[in-house]
Amino acid sequence: MATQHSRSAARIMMAPAVVLLLGWMLIPLIMTLIFSFKKYLPMRGGDLGWVGFENYVRFVSSSAFWPSVSATLIIVGGVLAITIVFGILLAILLNQPMWGQGVVRILVIAPFFVMPTVSALVWKNMFMDPTNGLFAHLWRFFGAEPVSWLSEASLPSIVLIVSWQWLPFATLILLTAIQSLDSEQLEAAEMDGAPPLKRFAFITLPHLSRAVTIVLLIQTIFLLAIFAEIFVTTGGAFGTRTLTYLIFQRVLESQNIGLGSAGGVYAIILANIVAIFLMRIVGKNLDA
Amino acid sequence: MARSVKTQRKIINTAAAWGIGLLIFFPILWTILTSFKTEATAIADPPVFLAFNWTMENYTAVLERSNYAKFLWNSIIIAGGSTILGIIIAVPAAWSMAFVPSRRTKDILLWMLSTKMLPAVGVLYPIYLICIKLGILDSRIALVIILMLMNLPIIVWMLYTYFREIPGEILEAARMDGASLKEEILYVLTPMAIPGIASTLLLNFILAWNEAFWTLNLTAANAAPLTAFIASYSSPEGLFFAKLSAASTMAIAPILILGWFSQKQLVSGLTFGAVK
Amino acid sequence: MGQIKLNQVTKSFGDVQVIPPLDLTIEDGEFTVFVGPSGCGKSTLLRLIAGLEDITSGHIDIDGSDATNVPPAKRGLAMVFQSYALYPHMSVRKNIAFPMKMAGVPEDEQKRRIDAAAKALNLTDYIDRKPGQLSGGQRQRVAIGRAIVREPSAFLFDEPLSNLDAALRVGMRLEISELHKRLATTMIYVTHDQVEAMTMADKIVVLRAGFIEQVGSPLELYHTPRNEFVAGFIGSPKMNLIKGTEAQKHGAATIGIRPEHTDVSKTEGMWKGRVGVAEHLGSDTFIHVHDTGLETGPDDLFTVRITGDIQAKHGDDIYLTPQLDKLHKFDAQGLRVD
Repeated sequence: MATQHSRSAARIMMAPAVVLLLGWMLIPLIMTLIFSFKKYLPMRGGDLGWVGFENYVRFVSSSAFWPSVSATLIIVGGVLAITIVFGILLAILLNQPMWGQGVVRILVIAPFFVMPTVSALVWKNMFMDPTNGLFAHLWRFFGAEPVSWLSEASLPSIVLIVSWQWLPFATLILLTAIQSLDSEQLEAAEMDGAPPLKRFAFITLPHLSRAVTIVLLIQTIFLLAIFAEIFVTTGGAFGTRTLTYLIFQRVLESQNIGLGSAGGVYAIILANIVAIFLMRIVGKNLDA
Repeated sequence: MARSVKTQRKIINTAAAWGIGLLIFFPILWTILTSFKTEATAIADPPVFLAFNWTMENYTAVLERSNYAKFLWNSIIIAGGSTILGIIIAVPAAWSMAFVPSRRTKDILLWMLSTKMLPAVGVLYPIYLICIKLGILDSRIALVIILMLMNLPIIVWMLYTYFREIPGEILEAARMDGASLKEEILYVLTPMAIPGIASTLLLNFILAWNEAFWTLNLTAANAAPLTAFIASYSSPEGLFFAKLSAASTMAIAPILILGWFSQKQLVSGLTFGAVK
Repeated sequence: MGQIKLNQVTKSFGDVQVIPPLDLTIEDGEFTVFVGPSGCGKSTLLRLIAGLEDITSGHIDIDGSDATNVPPAKRGLAMVFQSYALYPHMSVRKNIAFPMKMAGVPEDEQKRRIDAAAKALNLTDYIDRKPGQLSGGQRQRVAIGRAIVREPSAFLFDEPLSNLDAALRVGMRLEISELHKRLATTMIYVTHDQVEAMTMADKIVVLRAGFIEQVGSPLELYHTPRNEFVAGFIGSPKMNLIKGTEAQKHGAATIGIRPEHTDVSKTEGMWKGRVGVAEHLGSDTFIHVHDTGLETGPDDLFTVRITGDIQAKHGDDIYLTPQLDKLHKFDAQGLRVD
């Protein structure tokens, strides 16, 4: 449905968005790339010239690098596993007939609207504080020694906080996917003699696979970049320094821009690998 | 018989769902409750649920200690400004993509979305440097622009998915009826897309309100929004549970209410229409 | 005025040419129907005339002046879309007023025209409702009303009745025909339904794959189809087309005989067959005959139409005799030979 006239109008109307995003992407990216090949210490002499790949090598060979990769993987993997498994169960439960479905849904979704700094602080102090936190009260009630969560079990604690934030998202999307399942399909399977568990395994789960993939990819992108939760709770201590946080520290705390930029390039590459998969799926959907 | 089995199952479902729902909601509920306690009751062992003397003293204390109104105002300006600016730029772009698609439309859309995947930390210093050079570090305008750029792909995408559901014939009818491009978008497309535009507005307002990387790293005294206001309670004030709760409640209440209204639209927006 | 002339018009989408060079003149006041199977290019042709698509080459004249590069709004044409394309957020009144508002028609004149159109189309009682509260037929009338008030030099209809149920369709068909008689404005009407084409048109343009197969009045097309395609497309039930030895007897590659031009007997006739299905409509009876030994195509089906009722049931033997003066003959290329 297009004439020459509307096509040229379309190009003009698209231009601002395209130009802005192009600038937003390219300018900082190019600067990061340039910095990553330099010895650049703003507080200690500034731009000290080109150093080739030295920053890239140093970033990877630093003693903090591999722990940060494993912390990142544990957090991302842990949160994904928890949110998807519980998300599916919760979505199925919420799809059953019940009283007050709307209210329950609102309760379940609420954590998604809580800003990360608030949820991190509330969990850190009011639940995980080893003397006055609610968990400490609970432990003492059962006669156990309260746990100092964020130092003794730091990674699981962070996983718990972040999972609480993201479970609503997973549930909401999986619930929408379940609701779009044609009930006639399930009825047909019932007529064909499939018991409930088999109906779940052979009809509901395959139907959900697409939604699960989407949750997986979107969450991965956001989880790779979690920042405030760690900034507020442990500040990167006790083995919770993720790749993102490590780069942040190199840039802002030790003011080593070159090194931080090299780390940034690694992070960009990592995010792009995930992004390519997500784009494929979304792209396929565009054709439909 | 079948009926009673159904009722029984419904009771079990209801109990389970309410139980889990309340468990998930509990941290928020607990925060709100604690905000009305005295500091002593807030850390009492065993914890007190409802049987305490409700007090507003924490809210007064928080308001006295810090300029809450300023943080709130910053949040509103930053989240609102970036969202509205984003919509103004995105509506024409989404119109083009939805109604005058070309062979490259899909690639442009995917590319736009991919800019969203750039990890912020990777470009933190360049942005920081640019802000200093332009003299807009710790200013609301910098955050309005940055958050607008961050959310622009999502805004374009959401609008695109909503626009695509509007039949092109209606716009063609407007064109036959003598409407210019501007009139077509203003009188026909926009009124028809109001629900979609509203939910896009809402979702992006929420995303911008809760954004906690750029707002923490690029603001100080002047432009800090509520995310930074709360982060300042990290320690040692965090040990004052009741005041922390009051501050938290004030930071999340506006968005919690907004979010509940828009929960349905959230799904289509967040999945880029990939789950119907 | 409303004469529309297409000169060597073509349309390509990318490398695919959907309209090969095409010439056509639509005279002022004529009711012209574009008909053809889906994908024949009839809607594209209408959209080219409307200006909603650019033509790839050639030019379009409206009332003698070149309109090829004139935007749709300036061509003085009004269009009624298949989906009606009403503005859902506007009342019926505002929908009808929209084109006049765009053209800057004075308020009182707008009101006068809206009232006249609403009265003519039986919309007065619904004038303040939104399209969502109207039935399909009423929406259709609003779409027509919106077209009428512009006082266009020609109306364009893109399959306007295909979303209506069968009973309504017959009624709306009549209303549009009467509208044409009353306004005497040029109308171009696109449909895939040959019954609509036959009943409404002054002139039918039969299209296939972008080519014009034949242009003519409904009865010209019925009596003297120019080729096998038109012969098979116009008329219901379809014309029986027979190849092989039976056709050679008449000196043709294919002969065609319409179902209503075949006499039926239980005892004697030129061809013998067996009744497959007999459809009794009361006024007519359609009999689908198998095993005639004729080369009628892969379905082995010969259809006859008899006025009134006739006793025939599945498996009965039946004899068929074509009325030889109503026989159509076609050569090996499918073209009519007389």
